[in-house]
Amino acid sequence: MHLKVLGQDKPDRGCSSGGCGDSANRSSHLPKALRETAHNHPCYSEEAHHHYARMHVAVAPACNIQCHYCNRKYDCANESRPGVVSELLSPEQAVKKVIAVAAKIPQMTVLGIAGPGDPLANPERTLSTFRRISQEAPDIQLCVSTNGLALPALVDELCEHNVEYVTVTINCIDPEVGAKIYPWIFWKNRRIKGVKAAEILIEQQQKGLEMLVERGVLVKVNSVMIPGVNDGHLKDVSKVVKAKGAFLHNLMPLIAEVEHGTFYGLMGQREPTRNELRALQDECAGDMNVMHHCRQCRADAVGMLGEDRNDEFTLDKIEGLEVDYERVREDRRQVHVAIDANREAQKTRSGETFISLTQIKRPGKPLTKDESRPVLMAVATTARGLINQHFGDAREFLIYEATATEVRFVEHRKVDRYCFGGDTCGDAEAALRKTIRTLTGCEVVLCAKIGYEPWVKLEDAGILPNGEHAMEPIEEAVAAVYREMAADGRLNLPLPFGRQMTA
Amino acid sequence: MAFTIIEGCVKCWACEPLCPSRAIYEARPYFLIDPNKCTECEGDFADPQCASICPIEEVILDGSGVAVNPVGSLTGIPLGRIEAVTAEIRAR
Repeated sequence: MHLKVLGQDKPDRGCSSGGCGDSANRSSHLPKALRETAHNHPCYSEEAHHHYARMHVAVAPACNIQCHYCNRKYDCANESRPGVVSELLSPEQAVKKVIAVAAKIPQMTVLGIAGPGDPLANPERTLSTFRRISQEAPDIQLCVSTNGLALPALVDELCEHNVEYVTVTINCIDPEVGAKIYPWIFWKNRRIKGVKAAEILIEQQQKGLEMLVERGVLVKVNSVMIPGVNDGHLKDVSKVVKAKGAFLHNLMPLIAEVEHGTFYGLMGQREPTRNELRALQDECAGDMNVMHHCRQCRADAVGMLGEDRNDEFTLDKIEGLEVDYERVREDRRQVHVAIDANREAQKTRSGETFISLTQIKRPGKPLTKDESRPVLMAVATTARGLINQHFGDAREFLIYEATATEVRFVEHRKVDRYCFGGDTCGDAEAALRKTIRTLTGCEVVLCAKIGYEPWVKLEDAGILPNGEHAMEPIEEAVAAVYREMAADGRLNLPLPFGRQMTA
Repeated sequence: MAFTIIEGCVKCWACEPLCPSRAIYEARPYFLIDPNKCTECEGDFADPQCASICPIEEVILDGSGVAVNPVGSLTGIPLGRIEAVTAEIRAR
């Protein structure tokens, strides 16, 4: 029997269980080889991000433009956002770090250069890092992100250096909008300001995008959603970049905390709400693949998307490390074979689950409209697409939406860990309250284990903790819980507080 | 006359490769300009290159000691805004 793959029958929705980026229907305008390339890139494929890790090396500090959401004082160990790093690396140091990470985290498949400035404003440092990696560790895929200004001039060199993925940040296609985002660019030996600057930047971005697509490079477009500035305009951006052959559109919320010292932060520009972002993502998803799982990571992040293990690989820790890469490469290959086998098995099982899910019937009664209403569930997971994390250890929850016909990944929500133990227990209660607030709108939280106290508090808040699906694949478990809810008649109960706003 | 880099430079390397006189060099805690080599780009470019790409206000001074990029000129953040906001945060 042919099992139905989820999400393919609903092309107008966001992420399905097939995952952002690699769901066949929305990338069908791309050649098959291109679609398969994204299979192991955790950012380009939502499904892959449960299994594979990435790393950034901070070799590119210079920038050729200023964005109003960026503060060029990039040196910060504690902030987690793009454009921030704790130590700059030379290309030699970067290669050493990549090899060290490849050996210790074999599921790391992609090396990206993402700053803390613009990688293509540092062409020598960026390209020399890529050249060395493609010689010394050819099994690692190369990725770069850029504002696009220097892209047309460097496209061919990127291809020569085996760069397979390029992310271009495109916030606008209208220079009038651009002038409110970019105060200046450095172009042809001059600093240029205002609408003229935005016009040049936009022209280079679009040209760069076209050139990459022509050469078969997989392009992700990042857009920062800035309420009142470009929020209404990004639908048009999405249409244009899709028409030009971009693979994936990543619509990200503006980060504008006043402490970050950016123009927007200091001038009181507000960030979009979670619901505004989701509405925009859903709107754009009709046209193209939309990414929902971006963590807006630092320019030196290491590990799975939801974690940062950079601390394990600081220069002092990797100094003097000797790695036999031939041996490491073979180990990595075996790990990847095992991961892919596991992924295939999960996909098949999810397919079966959904076949049965659509056939839920209580004796004599077909499902009513209420019984098929969507339910949000929060999931605590570290990797492998499994429910494998203790509630108290979770630093983020993945939010899934279940309906009678599909389970789709919606977003991630970050939380402070509450399970500190010891002296900090006083803060634990406050942290738990915050976590519960973060889960507003969810009706169930799935985790490997959960303590008595949080269990009670979650229940009081109308969120049902569930540890019965520990170590099971996420989507299968979410579907099973939805089925239980339907069978128990719980889908007829009124929506919990907060759900109305997010539905 | 020569330009000077002062405290506040974030060592981003943007200026170094642009200098037509190779006068800029990496130093601690911030980059420096060799006054014997700096020509203020005269004869090479219409605008001084280091000061045209530098993202940090007030860290490059011209020959007479005046900041080429005064507060607000690059970021658009008006003079006194950071101080006002910092005071506001402390008061909370």
